[in-house]
Amino acid sequence: MTDVTVVDYGMGNLFSVRMALEHCGARVNVTSNPSEIEHADRIVLPGVGAFTTGMNELCRNGLDVAIKEARCKGTPLLGICLGMQMLFDYSKEFEHTNGLGMVNGGVVAIPNISPSGVKCKIPHIGWAQLESSESVSTWQNTILSNVDSSDAVYFVHSFMAKPDNDSALIAMVDYGGTIITAVVQEDNVVGCQFHPEKSGPVGLAVLKQFLKL
Amino acid sequence: MLQVQSPHRNIRLIARLDIKGVNLIKGINLEGLRVIGAPNEHALRYYQQGVDELVYMDCVASLYGRNNLADIVRSTAQNVFVPMTIGGGIRSLEDATNLLRCGADKVAINTAAIHKPELISDVANRFGNQCMVLSVEAKKIGKGVWEAYTDNGRERSGLDVVEWVKKAVSLGAGEILLTSVDREGMRDGFDVDLVKSVTQEVSVPVIASGGMGTVDDLVKVVNEGYADAVAMADILHYKRSTIHEVRQAALSAGISVRKS
Repeated sequence: MTDVTVVDYGMGNLFSVRMALEHCGARVNVTSNPSEIEHADRIVLPGVGAFTTGMNELCRNGLDVAIKEARCKGTPLLGICLGMQMLFDYSKEFEHTNGLGMVNGGVVAIPNISPSGVKCKIPHIGWAQLESSESVSTWQNTILSNVDSSDAVYFVHSFMAKPDNDSALIAMVDYGGTIITAVVQEDNVVGCQFHPEKSGPVGLAVLKQFLKL
Repeated sequence: MLQVQSPHRNIRLIARLDIKGVNLIKGINLEGLRVIGAPNEHALRYYQQGVDELVYMDCVASLYGRNNLADIVRSTAQNVFVPMTIGGGIRSLEDATNLLRCGADKVAINTAAIHKPELISDVANRFGNQCMVLSVEAKKIGKGVWEAYTDNGRERSGLDVVEWVKKAVSLGAGEILLTSVDREGMRDGFDVDLVKSVTQEVSVPVIASGGMGTVDDLVKVVNEGYADAVAMADILHYKRSTIHEVRQAALSAGISVRKS
């Protein structure tokens, strides 16, 4: 059985994430203990809420250090929604806040008028179809290897991550002309802006793939 | 006047499950409740049919000042993997926190938000605007005028629906669950004018609720009312149709919905 450690820092839908991972066959440990995170086989960093609060909570408990230590050892890491955004260098939500710095780039607000001039509702809530990025010719050997390009997944967020390196960008969605980063992956570090635990069978397929990393 | 258009957005198809005690129930104008069955069984069936989201509403909670949904939500979260919005009787940040811990993704608040609007900001600040759904029970009181009701459509608030929604959004509400008490359970279509009056005034997503008889009603409230999502209950509970059939019919009518 595959062991997964879910980081509990007081924010996020821990119960839903646990249920989905267990449904995929994982043995789940939800913890706020830095030592357990540092020595985990696999780490999921969930998250719903504000970037600054999230980082403060991670740092207050030494969880940021534990996650970085695990990363150095090559432990597979999946960030979901806010958890994905915190993998980046910084966010400009409310104020400039440093993130975990595992994926180069930053987090900015979704513009309420897209580049093509369409007024877009914020938060971005709903199911959107994943599109492959130009830098990635195929989703084979990525976290999306069992996902079809016509599959839709569930998003709910007001901010979006922008990776500096195109090579980290695996998939995105088109929100009224604004291109939103949906999935980033650098080696064993994966981030999903959407909620795989809330995206039905397609989301579960993504989680199952993470369990194989 | 704000005209929001998002041609790429998918309209969300939402199953609304009203709960009394341990039972899924259905009323007419939020009254005359009939027991339908076990909530989890219906939730699972709608999930398997491909529903986009679920709404659970404890429809007697406000009367007794408590919400009994925690157990139902916890058990649904074990085999249903789509977003769940939970409402009814949520009176404090603690109530909201408890439900979110049980697997809820958003909380829908009506009565307590009207009595204590700062609760909207408290929930939004703690969990984000996207988590704070303002539930509105609207009754038409004149041409183009609706009043917000509390306690599952029983008590008047004196608040104009459009003005109240605008205020709630400014306080942090990230989504509106807009129920027409007049149309609820009637199967004769949504109150399109109500939905349009709200969608034209706020920039957050609006869920139209109350009155879905056929897919034609859905098409109308999306095309003419600019609804971002459609809640349905009666049409599913009484097995007059399935989410899958509604989805296919919506696609055929040119409505943008998730294809699978």
